[in-house]
Amino acid sequence: MSDRMPPQVSTAAEWERRKRSVSQWIAFSLLGVGSLFGFFFLAFILYWIIRQGAPAITWEFLTDVPRNMATAGGIAPMIVGSVYLTLGSLLVAMPFALGSAIWLSEYAWKGWWVRAIRIGVNTLAGVPSIVFGLVGLGLFVYALNFGVSLLSGMCTLAMLTLPILIRASEEALRAVPRSFREGSLALGATRWTMIRTVVLPTALPGILTGSVLGMARAIGETAPIMFTATAFMISQPYPTSLLDKVSTLPYHLYALVQFNPFYTETKHIQYGIVFVLMVVVTLLNLTAIIWRTRVRRKKAW
Amino acid sequence: MVERLKEHHDAHAGSESQLLGDEMTVTRDWVKRKFFGETIVDVEGLDFFYGKNHALQDVSLRIPRDGVTAIMGPSGCGKSTFLRTLNRMYEVVPGARATGTVEFEGENLLKTDPVILRHKIGMVFQRPNPFPKSIFDNVAYGPRIHGLRNRKRLTEIAEDALRRAALWDEVKDRLKESALSLSGGQQQRLCIARALAVAPKVLLMDEPCSALDPKASDRIEQTARELAEELTVIIVTHNLQQAGRMSDHVAVFLAGGILAEFGPTRQVFDDPECEQVGDYLQGRFG
Amino acid sequence: MEVSVAHKRATQPEAARTRMKHRNTDRTVFFILALISLVTLGTIIYFIFAQAVPFVGKLRLVPEGQGTIVKWGETFTEARLGDLFTTKWLPESDVEEFFGMLPMIVATTVVTLGAMLLAIPFGLSAAVFVGEIGPRWLKDIFKTVLELLAAVPSVVYGFFGLIVLSPYVRETFGTVGGKVGLTASIILSIMALPTIASLAEDALHAVPNTYREASLALGATKWQTIWRTLIPSAASGIIGAGVLGMGRAVGETMAVLFVAGNAPFLTWNILRSMRPITSAIALDMAESVRGSAHYHALFAMGAVLLIIALLMNWTAEWFHVRLLRRQGLREG
Repeated sequence: MSDRMPPQVSTAAEWERRKRSVSQWIAFSLLGVGSLFGFFFLAFILYWIIRQGAPAITWEFLTDVPRNMATAGGIAPMIVGSVYLTLGSLLVAMPFALGSAIWLSEYAWKGWWVRAIRIGVNTLAGVPSIVFGLVGLGLFVYALNFGVSLLSGMCTLAMLTLPILIRASEEALRAVPRSFREGSLALGATRWTMIRTVVLPTALPGILTGSVLGMARAIGETAPIMFTATAFMISQPYPTSLLDKVSTLPYHLYALVQFNPFYTETKHIQYGIVFVLMVVVTLLNLTAIIWRTRVRRKKAW
Repeated sequence: MVERLKEHHDAHAGSESQLLGDEMTVTRDWVKRKFFGETIVDVEGLDFFYGKNHALQDVSLRIPRDGVTAIMGPSGCGKSTFLRTLNRMYEVVPGARATGTVEFEGENLLKTDPVILRHKIGMVFQRPNPFPKSIFDNVAYGPRIHGLRNRKRLTEIAEDALRRAALWDEVKDRLKESALSLSGGQQQRLCIARALAVAPKVLLMDEPCSALDPKASDRIEQTARELAEELTVIIVTHNLQQAGRMSDHVAVFLAGGILAEFGPTRQVFDDPECEQVGDYLQGRFG
Repeated sequence: MEVSVAHKRATQPEAARTRMKHRNTDRTVFFILALISLVTLGTIIYFIFAQAVPFVGKLRLVPEGQGTIVKWGETFTEARLGDLFTTKWLPESDVEEFFGMLPMIVATTVVTLGAMLLAIPFGLSAAVFVGEIGPRWLKDIFKTVLELLAAVPSVVYGFFGLIVLSPYVRETFGTVGGKVGLTASIILSIMALPTIASLAEDALHAVPNTYREASLALGATKWQTIWRTLIPSAASGIIGAGVLGMGRAVGETMAVLFVAGNAPFLTWNILRSMRPITSAIALDMAESVRGSAHYHALFAMGAVLLIIALLMNWTAEWFHVRLLRRQGLREG
């Protein structure tokens, strides 16, 4: 090739090409390093949590109540309270979320109601969690007179998880192939019967995955429940009714850091809480992710 | 007229009727067919629209009771659309509209309750679509959603349907297994059994063999012909030989949703009135 | 045969009509259930503004120079509309109460912008690297890692920031304490990173392969293709990703509560303690009496926060719709 082109041009072309590959190499290296940032942080956080938190995990820690101004003992009431709150919010939100998903996926056709409701769901997803806390305070705690209680917390968290549950459920419903629906209708099923006997059972794994994702989100939230469900000093550790206050994992962590006068002595408890929270949340999310990939791959249809 | 024949039969009961017994039955059936519902579905001026697309144009024909009626035509001529009009399945598509009269059991089925209609007119689809349930639950699905709970009854109906669909022997030991574990041909026969379980009077088949290998295809064809002795089978097919083999009557649609010809199979195949139909049947296009 | 009996029963005209009626009730039931999201959203918006408005509304009636008595509760306060946008925040004071929101708004702005300055470059480079340059198998791991990162509760991030980051910041930058705006920015950038990276990767993925092929066929290197063709084409999706990440940072409460320092003073210096809107609300909610001017002022701040968050959400949605249109999933 260099015989056909005059020597000056060929060297210039050569030089240009080298320059470009060098700059590409630089750019790619930078990108590689930059992208590792995220991995690096995840790895570091996980390592740090395990290293600091694991020693605190003992059987007493998981089953005992806090003792001695929360410098000793365990976090059992917090675990129980978080579980109640999370499951309760799921109980409140799921009927509505499933109903919305069914309507959006099975009944609604192009109309402006559909768009309005979709905008509603998307907008709800963008509301900051502290705003839910404020509304929960004003509406459930004060206006409806539930007081600071498990019930108020459940309702507040339900509002927050609604978009997640709706989106996941709708996706699961839409994944059911059309041929199943047609087969059912052709046998003389009404729309609701078709949904009840064919679509819902088929979409169930996906809907459950969505619930797991909703639970994972709800269990870690602090701002919405800070003033609707929980308080720093609660007289009885375990709630006996819906109108009792509950202790929760994330709030207890916050309280230990901000309010507890024996901040340094509670350090191991703090790390322990972080460890438990991370384990629970990561497990839940991993389960959901694995289920989702399994369901997608398993589909024989 | 049947009353007169009946009187006649009873009057002769005993002696001669023994000898004439079979003939009488044959005559009675023939009379029934000739005068009481020889036509099971009477289509009159049917037009169909997908939004602005005029998919069927002024279709009129009388589908005879029992036996196999084949619906044929080149791709896109509207034969599937026509079939789906008969059990109102087009309603799942927004913007689909049918006008005209399709008379079935004394009513215009375009205007009656589609859910009830589908008890009487069943459908088997192009690609087998069994539910992700067990074989038994698939067949029992239809009766169950109509309120039948009695386990014994359901088992009887299921066995009967599976036998008629020529699948019983192959699955009788594994009714609890997933329907999806069956082969393509078996799944399609399962879908036929499923449709039969609700005791329809008409069975619509939308190119049921197109997704199957030739051997499975033959079995379906055979099953359809056997079923046609007890109920009306209306089958859409683009397989000319198959239509020639299995059908008693044939309707040929041409592009644009126009019904070009309808009549007994031998007559249409050997001596079609419309030239284009003749070309189509010769395989010159389609 | 029971089935045909059921047939016969159902064929009767009255039965048919009741079945038709039945069929529409389930549609209605689900429609009503589906309205919940609109109802919830409406309730939230109504509530926040209704509780905020007394604070503002009352003030509108006040002529200049004269205070007014706020009716709810027993706290008596003089307040004026302009006060919302002053720079001093000192509620519940015996001497004189101030409700200036500006320090909070500025703090949110500073912390968020700082977070974006870190998150967008890193997020974008991660998206580019994994999507275009790295090996195929990396992409699945990447997406999973991002999902897990996004799922970490904010208290954990806040705690991490407190224990690990703030001493580091204190030593490196010589600030007093280490609970400053910068720490909050760093933590927020880590929290927004998964969102930005994931959405940016989607945007890049949506660029049709024909663009890549055309560019390479013209002799461009891979990097030039990315820099000159892909990123500009994916611009709307990337911007959408950035805005969504920003929305997340703006609305984040617990992380900033732990590490931002929470001094209610107006400052643009990221190396000083500051109090973003979210922490301001969280901190004061415990102390405010229901019905007092303080209470309503908090809701007013919530209203401001809500407006900002919703605006960002809709902006991001607008960009995202443009991305979907490009993918051909929507009519244009």
